Amino acid sequence: MGRTSIFLLSAAATVLAGTMPALSAWQPQKPIEFIATAGPGGGTDNLARAVQNIITKHKLTEQPIVVVNKGGGSGAEGYVYGKASAGDPYKVIFGTSNAWQQPLVSKVAFNYTDLTPIAAMAQDEFLLWVKQDAPYKTAGDYLKAAASGEFKMGGAQSKDTDEVLTRMIEKAGKVKLTYIPFKSGAETAVQLAGGHLESHVNNPSESLGQWRGGTQRPLCVFSPKRLPQGQKVTATEGWSDVPTCVEQGLDIKQYEQPRTVWLPGKVTTDQAAFYVDLMKKVQATPEWKDYIEKTSQVDTFLTGAEFDKFIKDDLEHVKQVAGEQGWLVK
Amino acid sequence: MENLSELWHGFTIAVTVPHLVLMVVGVLLGILVGVLPGLGAPNGVSLLLPLTFGMQPVSAIILLSSMYWGALFGGSVTSILFNIPGEPSSVATTFDGYPMARDGRPTTALATAFGSAAFGALIGVILITFLASWVAQVALAFGPAEYFAVYFLAFASFVGMGGAAPIKTIVALAIGFAIAAIGIDTVSGSVRLTMGIDELVKGVNFVVAVMGLFGIGELLVAVEEEFHARAVSSKIDWREVFRAVGRLPRHGVALLRSAAIGCWMGITPGGPTAASFMSYGIARRFSRRGRYFGTGEVEGIISPETADHAAGTSALLPMLSLGIPGSATAAVMMGGLMIWGLNPGPMLFVDQKDFVWGLIASMYVGNIVAVALVLLTVPVFAALMRIPFVVIAPLIVIICVVGAYSVSNSYLDVVMMLGFGIVGYLFKKLFYPLAPLVLAIVIGDKAEDAFRQSMLMSKGSLGIFFANKLVTCLIVAGIALLLLPLALQLARIWRKPASPATETTAHEKVII
Repeated sequence: MGRTSIFLLSAAATVLAGTMPALSAWQPQKPIEFIATAGPGGGTDNLARAVQNIITKHKLTEQPIVVVNKGGGSGAEGYVYGKASAGDPYKVIFGTSNAWQQPLVSKVAFNYTDLTPIAAMAQDEFLLWVKQDAPYKTAGDYLKAAASGEFKMGGAQSKDTDEVLTRMIEKAGKVKLTYIPFKSGAETAVQLAGGHLESHVNNPSESLGQWRGGTQRPLCVFSPKRLPQGQKVTATEGWSDVPTCVEQGLDIKQYEQPRTVWLPGKVTTDQAAFYVDLMKKVQATPEWKDYIEKTSQVDTFLTGAEFDKFIKDDLEHVKQVAGEQGWLVK
Repeated sequence: MENLSELWHGFTIAVTVPHLVLMVVGVLLGILVGVLPGLGAPNGVSLLLPLTFGMQPVSAIILLSSMYWGALFGGSVTSILFNIPGEPSSVATTFDGYPMARDGRPTTALATAFGSAAFGALIGVILITFLASWVAQVALAFGPAEYFAVYFLAFASFVGMGGAAPIKTIVALAIGFAIAAIGIDTVSGSVRLTMGIDELVKGVNFVVAVMGLFGIGELLVAVEEEFHARAVSSKIDWREVFRAVGRLPRHGVALLRSAAIGCWMGITPGGPTAASFMSYGIARRFSRRGRYFGTGEVEGIISPETADHAAGTSALLPMLSLGIPGSATAAVMMGGLMIWGLNPGPMLFVDQKDFVWGLIASMYVGNIVAVALVLLTVPVFAALMRIPFVVIAPLIVIICVVGAYSVSNSYLDVVMMLGFGIVGYLFKKLFYPLAPLVLAIVIGDKAEDAFRQSMLMSKGSLGIFFANKLVTCLIVAGIALLLLPLALQLARIWRKPASPATETTAHEKVII
């Protein structure tokens, strides 16, 4: 008993010491708004709400947090709102890589440079999925069958991550696929289950239930190494049993979607630093680990120069694909 | 039979004191978010979601689904009393519910709506209980072409026989399609029709449009016309609540037909909104009193309400068994399911029997709780109609403004809502029909996506709409509904070719 309280005290002291430097800098003085650039129930919305919960539970800030959904226009609504709120440190925008990808391919009224990058918090993996009873067992078989040119690939949104990856598969596998855009990954998964498509490239969480339910299965993952060991999804297989696409002769080493956090433009360095620090604390909690595991994402934390470099690299890559496809807007 | 014993087991889980308390709390909260326009069931459920993280999954889903039932009921209240639909799916209820309430019969209108809604929900739950596994497979047969066919059928059933001149119906439809096209286009990814307003990239929210068109539009008409500006001296009579519910079985055909439409649209993810419109449209065509629809007809309330609730209830089935949410609220609940550590899909029925059957049993109990609570509140809501117009008018404006703002905390939405109010007023003054406009705003966008996805799949061939039995039947039924009134008119002209006088009248009828 006594030992526990001493331990707790010292733990509290460490936490206090940890927060001390931040206290001297900027602190929020009124409620904070989290803007999810997706509708309720989507991946980005889940992230914003998970972070809100963790912050509230661990009292990481004194101020209350409200989550607002601004998912119109494939998320553009939220980013435009962020741009319009320049200088306001009480608006935190949760998004994906479409913060920099969307302005490349459509005439939206924002660019990622209008926002202040805080961090990339988690990476969602992409897999190549086919219908459960499809004849092909590997990505190689799939590509051979796709050479007929009759294959339909589904995905969420147009000229977005899913279609970029589809075009990369076409190039690497020397095949031609018909890309059919749907509103969301969930909708796409259902279309595959019904046999209206041959394949899609959903994130793990988007097709988890469908895999378990035996309507579709992953062929390979677009990652340099296999996914970490976790609980089995079906009776016999788990995420770590899915081979990488490179292993199977589809030469795309890595393709991931970061979950990104932003502040509006023109905020002070102190203000940005506060949120970087806040997100770091969120990441250190057991609830965060739990969230990452349940949604089958990869835990990463990119901020500052690392995050900038990530954006620049990804932008170069997408620009190249978009340029080849003639998607770039003037 | 196996299902029955499972259901019995479910009742032992659902009918416990803590769960009954959760149902009452959920239903009351639901009625509240349903009554307040702009808040709505999906938002209400997502607000409540974080509170459920510490709960048992079965308790959590009982709370959330009870809230959903409450919101579905509550959404009808403002539609009937003030012509402001609280939920997209209660728009069709305004067509006859509001005229009846203005006519001094708000109690009858509300009780009829709630009674038929409860019937629809009950049919939905029975369907879930007995046909869960079979029905789940039906939804899978729906690809883009089938989706388009369903939307086409909804348009056809509603538009085919409009009360207004066909050209006015077409104009209203076209404006609706144009509004639905605003924002990012799913298929091409490009921005459309934002007219230089950056924020319009998000598109026009349905609630914003409807609150303006109906709520503010009606108010402007009322200000002008003295008749409307009077408070309605409605008698508040408890017995009328029971009498109205007691009269429902007389409309058995309408009830069953609407429940069937609702269940079908809920399972094939057309959703409650399309279901209620379609049911209203079909009722107007096949009811003996069809031509009186729009003036406060009982069946004009029964049809959309029954279908709305049957669809809302059966929409939970594809969510549980396939992981396809049949409505926006179901989508939020599915997010909840994942957070509670459950994975929607066929395995849920095997792995999580307590959860699934506890939920299904709670749908029976929860709906009974909801209808009891909501019938008790009828006189209270009906009393609102007695408040003088000078008091209620500013209140309606406040409700609409707050409602529009709370959709996504945006002033632009408030401005647009007021703009839609003027459009609604002009439509009414010039006798343009609002229903096709609203229908096009709601499902125009989805219909367009489905059509273009089909075209991508078939490489531009219209043959895809006749590629299998399902889609062919849907398309043929749609075309038949569209052409039926025209064919009837032609038959009439053909039968009496002799007198030129009748020919002119028949010809006039076609135009009007």
